Amino acid sequence: MNKLVIAGREFNSRLFIGTGKFGANSVMRQAAEAAHCELVTVALRRVDLRRGAPEDPLISHLDPEKVLIVPNTSGARNAEEAIRIARIARAGGGFDWVKLEVTPDHNHLLPDPIETLKAAETLVKDGFNVLPYINADPVLARRLEEVGTVAVMPLGAPIGTNRGLRMRDMIEIIIEQARVPVVVDAGLGMPSHAAEAIEMGADAVLVNTAIATAADPVRMASAFALAVQAAELACDAGAREESRTAQASSPLTGFLWEEGEAEG
Amino acid sequence: MIDIIVNGENRQVDEGQTVAGLLEDLRIVPERVVVELNGTILKRACFPDTALPAEARVEIIQFVGGG
Amino acid sequence: MRDEDGRLSGAKSASDGTERLDQSFATVLRDWPVDRVRELIDSRTDADVECALRSPHFAPDCLAALLSPAAFGHLERMAQASARLTRQRFGRVIQFYVPLYVSNYCINSCLYCGFNCRNTVPRQALSVEDAVREAHFLSSEGFQHLLLVAGEDPVNVPVAYFEQLVSALHDRFASINIEIYPMDVDDYARLVNAGIDSLTLYQETYDPELYAQVHPTGPKRDFRFRLEGVERGARAGVTFLGIGSLLGLGDWRVESFYVGLHARYLQQRCWRQHVSVSFPRIQPAAGAFEPPCPVSDADFAQIICALRLQLPDAGLVLSTRESARLRDNLLPMGITRLSAGSRTTPGGYSEESDAEGQFEVQDHRSLADVMNSVRSMGFDPVCKDWDASYHA
Repeated sequence: MNKLVIAGREFNSRLFIGTGKFGANSVMRQAAEAAHCELVTVALRRVDLRRGAPEDPLISHLDPEKVLIVPNTSGARNAEEAIRIARIARAGGGFDWVKLEVTPDHNHLLPDPIETLKAAETLVKDGFNVLPYINADPVLARRLEEVGTVAVMPLGAPIGTNRGLRMRDMIEIIIEQARVPVVVDAGLGMPSHAAEAIEMGADAVLVNTAIATAADPVRMASAFALAVQAAELACDAGAREESRTAQASSPLTGFLWEEGEAEG
Repeated sequence: MIDIIVNGENRQVDEGQTVAGLLEDLRIVPERVVVELNGTILKRACFPDTALPAEARVEIIQFVGGG
Repeated sequence: MRDEDGRLSGAKSASDGTERLDQSFATVLRDWPVDRVRELIDSRTDADVECALRSPHFAPDCLAALLSPAAFGHLERMAQASARLTRQRFGRVIQFYVPLYVSNYCINSCLYCGFNCRNTVPRQALSVEDAVREAHFLSSEGFQHLLLVAGEDPVNVPVAYFEQLVSALHDRFASINIEIYPMDVDDYARLVNAGIDSLTLYQETYDPELYAQVHPTGPKRDFRFRLEGVERGARAGVTFLGIGSLLGLGDWRVESFYVGLHARYLQQRCWRQHVSVSFPRIQPAAGAFEPPCPVSDADFAQIICALRLQLPDAGLVLSTRESARLRDNLLPMGITRLSAGSRTTPGGYSEESDAEGQFEVQDHRSLADVMNSVRSMGFDPVCKDWDASYHA
C-alpha cells in the first residue's frame, strides 16, 4: 500500500488509538507504544475542582515528537460547542488537528450530521485540520470533503459496541468515492475487524474501547497492530475480494461468431 | 468579595482576584489547563494580569483520555 | 466560486484568452502518456484479467486488464458479469433520445468528419424557427430527450442561437443535451439558464499528437480546451455529462482506457453530475476517411463490457451509427441509452435534404420498432426518464 498521508503528514502505522477508558495513563502509553501508534485522540473536560489538576496528567505521557495528539470535541452537542472545544484545545496545547465529534445522542453517541458539517466548515476556515466523525453516509462524506476536511471517519458500529463493520456496505462506497483518507472509527471490537477494514480499502482505523477495556490492553494493542499490518501485507500481495459469483444464463457473445454476419 | 461561577459552581473570591490567583487557590497548575473567561479563551501569559469581574463565568479545562 | 475579477476561481486565461482550469483531467492525463498506457495494457496477463473480474473496485490496472488482448478469451464471462451489473444498477430501463442536427457548417477541418470545412458538400443551417419545427415533430413522435448537434459555426449557430432555441424548446422536452463546440463557463451557464441539463463532448482521441494530426485547422485544435469542456459545463450547472473517444481513430484499447479514466475522474470530481460514455465508431463519410485502427464488433463488445465492469454507474450510449443487429446484441451487455429514427442532416426530419450527414445511419428502424425490439428482449423502453419540471 502507498504510505498513509493525511494533511501532508506521513504515518507509518494505520492504527490510531483513542486514549479514553484506560485504567491508568501509564497503561495507555504502553499500549500506544506496543502498537507503534503515531496518532492518538484525547478529549477535554472540566477540571474537577475538588481534586485540582491531576497529578498524572495525560499529556505528560505522550511524546509529541513520536505521536500526533488529536483532541476530539466529544461532549459537544452542536456545532457551536464543537467549535469552542476545538479552539480551547488549540489554545491549551497548540493542537491544530481536531477530531470533530458532535454527538447530541446520549444513547448511542451517534454523530449529528448537520451540526458536524456546520462545524467542519468553520473549523476548516479557522485553519484546523479537521477529521470528522460521522455515520457511514457517503453523501455526507462528500459534503465534508468539499468543505475541506483532511479525512473522513465513518463509524463501523456505534461507539463501544465492538460489533465490527456493521456499516460495511456504506463504508465501501465512501472508500470508493473519497479523495481524502478514510479512517474507520468506532465499533471495532476485534483485530479481525480492523484487518477487514484495511482489506476493504480503508486508509486507517481508530480503536479505543476494544483495547482500553481488554484484560491486557498492551497485548490487545499489539494484536490490533499486527492485524492491521497483516491486512496491509495482503493488499500489497494483491489480494482482492471475491465478487458475487455468476449465475448461468444464455450466451451473450455468440452472435459475434455466427458465420457471415459478424463484421470486422 | 464577589460572586463568580467556576466550572458551573458558585464561588466567592476577593475583589480584584486574578485568574492566576484563582488557579493557585484551587491548587491547579496553570500549564496543565486552558481557561475560558466569559466565553473568551485566555492566553496563559495573561493569567497573572487578568482580574476576575463580578459574576464572571470561568471554565477551567484539561486534557483527558478520549476516543 | 468567483474571484474579485468575476473569474471562475481555479481558472485562468491561456494566452489566447480561452479559459483554463487549474485542476482538471488534464492534470491526470499528464501522468498517463500513451506509452505508459500501452505498456500497462500489453503486459496484462490471464491472471490479471481473473483478478479484474473478481474486483468490484475501479483501478487502472484492472481497467487495462479488461481491455487487454488477454481478456478476449474471457469475453463471454465479461459479458455475463457486465449484463448482471447493469441490471443491478439500472434495472431494465433503456432510455431513448433523438439527435437534431441544426447546422453542418463548420470552421474545423477534422479529417474524419463529414462536416469537414474542406469537404465541398451541401451545407445548411436551420433558422431557430425551422429547428423548433423539427423539434416539435420529434416531440410528437414521442421523444422527450433531445440532443442538439451542430458543427462549429460561430456565424450561423453562435451561443445566442442555442440560447434562443433551447429557451423555445425547454418546455417541450424533459431533457435537452447539446453536442456542439466547447465553450467557457459563462456560455455554458447561459445555456443552463435557457434549459439544457446535459452536455456531450467527445475528445475524439486522448493522444495529443494524434489529436493534432487529425485536427489540422480551426479552434478544435485546442486539445486542452476541449478536454476541460465537460468540467466547465459541470461548474456551470449541467447535470449530465457525456464523453467518448472516436473508435477507429487511435488504438481502441488505449483510447478506451483514457475514456474510463476520464469517466472515473468526473465521477469523483463532479459528484453531483452523472456521467455517460458513448461509442461513436468511424464509418465511411463524405471524403471517405479510412479509420487507422478499425474496431471490430468483438472489440466493441469488449470495450462495452470493460467499461461497464469498471464503471458500474456510468450510462453507456449506442447511436444509430450501428446496425440494428449489432445494437440488439450489444444492448444486454450494458447499454442504457439508445437513439432511434435518427437523421443526421439539418432539416432531415421535415424534408428530403441535400445536406451532408455527419455519418451514415445504419439502423433505420423507427422509434416504435426499436422500442418493440427492446421490449421483446425483456427491457423497459422509456422516452422520458427524468422530469426537468422539478428544476425551474
